[in-house]
Amino acid sequence: MLDHDIVVVGGGPAGMAAAAAAYDAGVKDVVILDREEENGGILRQCIHNGFGLHKLGRELTGPEYAAVYKQKIEERGIKTYNLTMVTDISADRVVTACRRDGIIKIRAKAVILAMGCRERSRGALNIPGTRPAGVYSAGTAQKLVNCEGYMVGKRVVILGSGDIGLIMARRMSLQGAKVEAVCEIMPYSGGLTRNIVQCLEDYNIPLYLSTTVAKIHGERRVEGVTVARVDENRKPIKKTERYIPCDTLLLSCGLIPENELTRTAGIPISPVTGGAIVDEHRQTEIAGIFACGNVLQVHDLVDYVSDEAEIAGAGAAEFVKNGSLAAANLQTLPGNGVRYVLPQRVSSEAKEDISLYLRVTQPFGRVCFTVKSGDEVLSTAVRLKAAPGEMEKLNIKSEKLKTAKEPITVSLEELK
Amino acid sequence: MVYDAVIIGAGVTGGMLARELMKYRLAVCICEKENDVACGASKANSGIVHGGYDPVPGTLKARLNAAGVEKLFETAKLLHVPVKRCGSLVCAFSEAEATRINELYERGLKNGISGISVITGAEARKAEPNLSPEVCAALSVENSGIVCPYELTIAAVGNAMDNGAELKLNFEAEKITEKGGVFTVISKNGESVKARYLINCAGGYSDKIAELLDDKFFEIIPRAGEYMLLDKTEGSRVSRTIFRVPTKEGKGVLVSPTVDGNLLTGPTSAAVASAESRETTPEGLDTVARLASNSVPGIDFRGVITSFTGVRASEKGGDFIIEPSKRVKGLLHVAAIDSPGLTCCVAIAEYAAEQLKNMGLRMEKNPEFNPRRENPHAFREMTDSAKNEYIKIHPEYGRIVCRCETVSEGEIRDAVRRNPKTFDIDGIKRRTRAGMGRCQGGFCAPYVMKILSEENGIPMEKVTKNGGNSYMVSEREGE
Repeated sequence: MLDHDIVVVGGGPAGMAAAAAAYDAGVKDVVILDREEENGGILRQCIHNGFGLHKLGRELTGPEYAAVYKQKIEERGIKTYNLTMVTDISADRVVTACRRDGIIKIRAKAVILAMGCRERSRGALNIPGTRPAGVYSAGTAQKLVNCEGYMVGKRVVILGSGDIGLIMARRMSLQGAKVEAVCEIMPYSGGLTRNIVQCLEDYNIPLYLSTTVAKIHGERRVEGVTVARVDENRKPIKKTERYIPCDTLLLSCGLIPENELTRTAGIPISPVTGGAIVDEHRQTEIAGIFACGNVLQVHDLVDYVSDEAEIAGAGAAEFVKNGSLAAANLQTLPGNGVRYVLPQRVSSEAKEDISLYLRVTQPFGRVCFTVKSGDEVLSTAVRLKAAPGEMEKLNIKSEKLKTAKEPITVSLEELK
Repeated sequence: MVYDAVIIGAGVTGGMLARELMKYRLAVCICEKENDVACGASKANSGIVHGGYDPVPGTLKARLNAAGVEKLFETAKLLHVPVKRCGSLVCAFSEAEATRINELYERGLKNGISGISVITGAEARKAEPNLSPEVCAALSVENSGIVCPYELTIAAVGNAMDNGAELKLNFEAEKITEKGGVFTVISKNGESVKARYLINCAGGYSDKIAELLDDKFFEIIPRAGEYMLLDKTEGSRVSRTIFRVPTKEGKGVLVSPTVDGNLLTGPTSAAVASAESRETTPEGLDTVARLASNSVPGIDFRGVITSFTGVRASEKGGDFIIEPSKRVKGLLHVAAIDSPGLTCCVAIAEYAAEQLKNMGLRMEKNPEFNPRRENPHAFREMTDSAKNEYIKIHPEYGRIVCRCETVSEGEIRDAVRRNPKTFDIDGIKRRTRAGMGRCQGGFCAPYVMKILSEENGIPMEKVTKNGGNSYMVSEREGE
């Protein structure tokens, strides 16, 4: 059994930022456990640019953004166990991991969960038809194309307009494939506006909204797909079906926080975010276990992942130093037009201002967000537009919280 | 060379028969048209060890089912194939169905099976608390169970091969001739094998094989069954297999735990054009969800990790056809093996071997026959400290490749190397469970491809999902 103050599970952007922040907050004995050969997580396969605009004030590629944090880890001398797969985390913070030199167990004073997320698979989407080769999740295709240097196909249909799908539409086009269509079951795209413009419009790739893949064809390799418009229950409308010949179907239909270890540790999970329920330090319902990044909630920008991870890292450090954190006595709740609010609990004793992160239920025009505790307004914010694909961030001053007694509700009102 | 026996089809029937024949001093070859074993009905079925209450008394099915259950459990143990005697409940939802339950009970007694009883709806719910409140009576079957059907097939073929049997993959019989007591089977690729005895275990294609010898006295009527497999999070909804009252089309949509801890729902039953008709349909999947939810309300179908269709090799007579050809000497048909074929596979193999003996095959005991197969899951069944020791000697077992099912590189390499060797992604999946979990290979597929490429000495662009042109990637950029 090894002992460390803080164990970070996952060496992607969240894990690295959390480890560095914990170190900077005064806890030097921090280790990262990561399953790959090197840190960086999924950023390593995201060779497109657009990372870091908010956080670092410059536009970087995924590997470049990861390099910034890798350097932070190196400068601080934070140890990473690579090629290390965590197989169990217990509620009393013993982390078990499998390595090429054996199984290790680490007893930690605090654990930070940063395992990221996975893509929804064809099976989970339950698309009817045959089961040929050539059906990939967008991220798997991205890894094969960007990291391994193999093309996955020549004639492509993409289901789902999530950001990875949009990025892959451009990537496949640049590599000489023909992207026949991007189909989105919802009446709006789940991706960032900038990706719709830069990845689809610039390459004349059609985006079909309220449209899905109704059937996959092909005995051994994909030969085509039947696409159809969907009704209000998202069921395909028979008479709108049409066949598109293709050899590849990429799926970009949502990300699922990878919380299997979290569940076995007995940590309560929010059915809405798919991640742990946390307080303003990103501490889960089990004291001393924190979570950040895509394992906590799926982000659209890595910049926000880093912010969240720094909060978790600092929180874990404070927990290690003090042995506990102030009880988060106020619940936060989604109100009108808001799907979820994170953190789900905050403390009225918070020493610093708190940011609430949230997603809206559907696309809106100009809106005003109101954060209330009972009848007391804690903060308001106006946005020119709001969409489910773009996470919102609202700030509350710590002095406003001091007097708050009732649960905090965030709601929006559409402005004319 | 001329083999003593050539078996056409490496499904569970052919595989188990090959193993049975290796108990004797015989030269046996299995010819399989696919890139791996267990690619037809043997990979896509309910995986149930049926109690034996359903077959019509007096039929071959009834007889082999009654004899086959214990044989199957025993053989699975020798072959280290996961099985579980979890029992089952056949549920009645109306008074009319309750009458049928009593008939099934009587039938079970006639078939000579034990451990069955008729229980009330309340008793059934006491045993299975998630069962529908509408269940008014049930047949409780103690001796039924679950088994992993493709692992059983892989293990049977592997054990037969370990004992000397040969396997030819991608060998699709196109022409068969018989001359002077020797059969010559010629494949689509122009390969040929010769044998004194020919056994037709071709499942959904067995009537076509019979036709090649001008002996088509039966016709396979393929019936498709659609299934949905759910994540392990749903795996404990029931602890027994939950059946509905069987109909002419089959045993209906069941809800069952699997040996791997998942929840299986299905199958539908629909006449289809051929054994190739393995599509899932929106209607079929809806039917499965509706009937499964009707039996066990509350199943969360958001937990579906994959859906698939299996095609049963049914025949209009309704019974197994295990008999020598009346026209062609030396030809044995083992055909129309639909449910409860998996349950009966060992009994079928023994029965078929007996037929071969009666047909004149000289069967001399092979004293070297080893009935056991090394446990392919020895590593995953070890304690943490045993694993630790093992990893120190074999570091590749410390590298986890499939995170959802916790499968190491060592286990994958081992699966490629041992009999029957595998050359494709689906083969790895069926042997190790890598790619079988909730991400369905999203993360591990690129690693598995690399291992297959290294182990089999083929470039990445030749690695397939399941043989033929099921290529995963095309040429490397710039080459």
